[in-house]
Amino acid sequence: MDFDGLLRDFPDLTTTGLEQGAIYALVALGYTLVYGVLRLINFAHSEVFMVGTVAALGTWQAIGYNQNSSINGVGLTLLLLFVGLAAAVAASTLTAVAVERVAYRPLRRRNAPPLAFLITAIGASFVLFEAVGLFSDNLGIGGERGPFGMVRPFKPNELFSIGGWSVTNTQVLVVLSALAMLLALDTFVNRSRLGRGIRAVAQDPDTAALMGVNKDRVILLVFVLGGIMAGVAALLWNVTYAFSRFDVGFLIGLKAFSAAVLGGIGNLRGALVGGLLLGVVENYASGLFGGEWKDFTGFVVLIVLLMFRPTGLLGESLGRARA
Amino acid sequence: MTDTAPDTAAPATPPQREALLEVDHVTLRFGGVVALNDVDFTLYKGEILGLIGPNGAGKTTCFNAMTGVYAPTQGEIRFKGQRVSGRARHKITQLGIARTFQNIRLFPEMSALENVMVGADAHHKASVISALFRLPRFWKEERSGRDRAHDLLRFVGVERPGELARNLSYGEQRRLEIARALATSPTLLCLDEPAAGFNPAEKDSLLKLIRKIRDTGVTVLLIEHDMRLVMGVTDRIVVLEFGKKIAEGLPAEVRDNPAVVAAYLGVPTDAA
Amino acid sequence: MNAHVEKVRSRGASMRARWQNMPRQVRWIALAALIIFLYLLPNRWFYINLWYFRTMESDMATVLFETSFFVLLAVGLNVVVGFAGLLDLGYFGFFAVGAYTVALLTSPESRFDIGWPWLAAVPAAVAVTMLSGVILGGPTLRLRGDYLAIVTLGFAEMIRLYAARNEGIANGQRGIPEIPHPVPGVKGSDGQSLFGVVDARPYYWLTLTIIIFVILGVRNLTRSRVGRAWVAIREDEDAAQIMGVPTFKYKLWAFAIGAAVGGLSGALFAGKQSFINSDSFQLTNSILVLAAVILGGAGNIYGAVIGAFITWYLPEWVRGIGGALGLEINVAEYRLLIFGAVLIVMMIFRPQGILPSRRRAAEFADRREAAAPTEAST
Repeated sequence: MDFDGLLRDFPDLTTTGLEQGAIYALVALGYTLVYGVLRLINFAHSEVFMVGTVAALGTWQAIGYNQNSSINGVGLTLLLLFVGLAAAVAASTLTAVAVERVAYRPLRRRNAPPLAFLITAIGASFVLFEAVGLFSDNLGIGGERGPFGMVRPFKPNELFSIGGWSVTNTQVLVVLSALAMLLALDTFVNRSRLGRGIRAVAQDPDTAALMGVNKDRVILLVFVLGGIMAGVAALLWNVTYAFSRFDVGFLIGLKAFSAAVLGGIGNLRGALVGGLLLGVVENYASGLFGGEWKDFTGFVVLIVLLMFRPTGLLGESLGRARA
Repeated sequence: MTDTAPDTAAPATPPQREALLEVDHVTLRFGGVVALNDVDFTLYKGEILGLIGPNGAGKTTCFNAMTGVYAPTQGEIRFKGQRVSGRARHKITQLGIARTFQNIRLFPEMSALENVMVGADAHHKASVISALFRLPRFWKEERSGRDRAHDLLRFVGVERPGELARNLSYGEQRRLEIARALATSPTLLCLDEPAAGFNPAEKDSLLKLIRKIRDTGVTVLLIEHDMRLVMGVTDRIVVLEFGKKIAEGLPAEVRDNPAVVAAYLGVPTDAA
Repeated sequence: MNAHVEKVRSRGASMRARWQNMPRQVRWIALAALIIFLYLLPNRWFYINLWYFRTMESDMATVLFETSFFVLLAVGLNVVVGFAGLLDLGYFGFFAVGAYTVALLTSPESRFDIGWPWLAAVPAAVAVTMLSGVILGGPTLRLRGDYLAIVTLGFAEMIRLYAARNEGIANGQRGIPEIPHPVPGVKGSDGQSLFGVVDARPYYWLTLTIIIFVILGVRNLTRSRVGRAWVAIREDEDAAQIMGVPTFKYKLWAFAIGAAVGGLSGALFAGKQSFINSDSFQLTNSILVLAAVILGGAGNIYGAVIGAFITWYLPEWVRGIGGALGLEINVAEYRLLIFGAVLIVMMIFRPQGILPSRRRAAEFADRREAAAPTEAST
């Protein structure tokens, strides 16, 4: 165990952890929303995220950029960000809605048992995963399941430094964006009429229906919101890593789900806390044990959580008491 | 006591009997709600005890506590001298307590025979390996379980052992549940509103069945709303109201008890 | 649409009834004929007469071997998912454990370098896998269905990540080579070892034999108190406990049995491939086996067999047909995509699978009926 390494890299590990954690948090919001309302682990959500990254990169490529381009000027950067965001959010949201309509809704109509939903979710996840992988070439995003590289909209630069802790502009952007999105979502769910509908259906769908809440519409809304969050996460991912691949969704998805459980499944703020915490813990572990153990840590956290404290740190909310 | 007609009060001193289940000053709280308040009574071996009370009196809670589902907040429930709560459910059954359910929980896709055989399996010792390799012990238990299941089905009056449980009539399903519970070779059989939904003729045959069960040596605890059934079959009755025991004794005594009448009818006692 | 579905369903039911009504001798003979057919299948002189039933492009014997051991996996997973109703997404992890155990015990290149013969390593592999099943199942089987699924997924991925590390005993992508083939002492008619590198037939026959025994074993279990307990647990776990069924014990047994079969498959795989590395154990294979089980009919042994056959053999066969027609249809590559879609479609239209266990079909029908009054139409 490399304690010296950990101490030496502590600032970097922390800031990187927060940055990665912010991305997990945004994706986690999608899992936690759907679980809170439907009691369903939306396996396909990881692919919703992946599709967003691919869409943004694809759009940038379509307007003429590739790995070797250079970006000069704030205006260009902003344009790329804006276009990428629009593409990612649109793609993610459409995918999320498509999955709900094609895969989940028919099952609800048939009153299928929970196992059926899980199996369908897995099927949907793999269909998306494979579709992008197999057709990567056709989509022009890197041949034969290859990684799809791209220029960064802006170069990561140190923005400021506090007593030896260096913080880059990307890190600030990512973390602030996550915070902002959580704030927006939280406000929406807690203050708006539609948000009230979401909470009502999460707590008691039958009574909510009796009170005039359109269950189907609420469910659709939940998927849309999750898709939007994933789309934002996708753009931030592209900004940070400047590449994507058909399988980026898998690990990110699992970690985001861990983050959601860590914070308390169904709990929006918990998703943020869980995401940031997981990102940081993961990075510390990689500093301590070596980079190859980083992903392993994510799984360990997940398993330990589910076995010993499935309600997470902040406890479940949004939804009813667990059956 | 077995031939007592409902309106003959036969005061009898209970002979020296063995305590089977002791509810020892039990209080049960769910958060702020006091479901059972210092309830104390004893169930004796060989008797048919009725547990009655108006809706919300705590009968089901008491029943569940007695079968180990809930743990008392205060006090203790002992079966054959051993504490009941805190044990794994299937172990409680192996101790000798069996029950039926108010809203019938059969295994719908198994046949009547298979349902009963599941109960019979409770005391079987054949291991998974034994079943895998079809060892002699497996065959012995399987055969005896099957025979026992047939016998029990006949005993309760279910004529179609091969029929899926979900296809049986309501009355047959209720009786099947009793057969399944009996298959676990219980010392105490707890019936949770076994007559719900029965017409008078069915209630009558249920009454006879309960007596038959007691005659085989099984002690019976009965929750029931139908007064005639309760008066007709039980040896003693415990009455609950708002979580407290308000009466205990022979059916005739309890029936005439003003507190009991008030509890059910809600009129002041001097107007009764 | 409903009327059509009803017609197909009743046709299926009547076919099943007809089969069961045939006198026992007839059923035995039919079964024996099928088994003989299966044993003869990989011989070129036999299958060359089967017209387009055989695979054209790829070596029939190899495809049959791969299919057979996929069938073995499906039968094992069926015990966990179909009988006990536990969604295990990391089933392939057991396969990996079995294969690596054999590799570590037998290969001269492994860290341990004990040099056991393959045959001796197999029971060890099964034992280790069962143990890992118990270790995994112990703490996790009490979890709700969806959490159990994720945890099993996580465990399998952890095994793969660990195996992928280059310095560990599993040797990462460099893997463990030179795993001995089964019984190198047994020589075939040409003086070479029967279990060699080129001819897949002996492996196929070995696996087929194992499958038959495993199926017999599982059948014995389902027609015993164990099978009854499994059904009871699936239908009403609480009531089962109250009727004295030690539910945890039987769930754990299902898990362990599934693990054992998975490990056995892994051992067979290692014996044939002679080389394994971390790439051999992708998660996607767990999903494929699951798709096979669901497609065929979870809870029905023969359903699992048919599902596995369709999932593995069919794409290869289609590729062959395409080749014969002069088309380049590499359906096998699309396998995961297609069977992912199959999962979705099956869950909507026929969740009980192709060959449903009678009970499962009824369970699904009950739920649909319960939903019907509140919805306009199906």
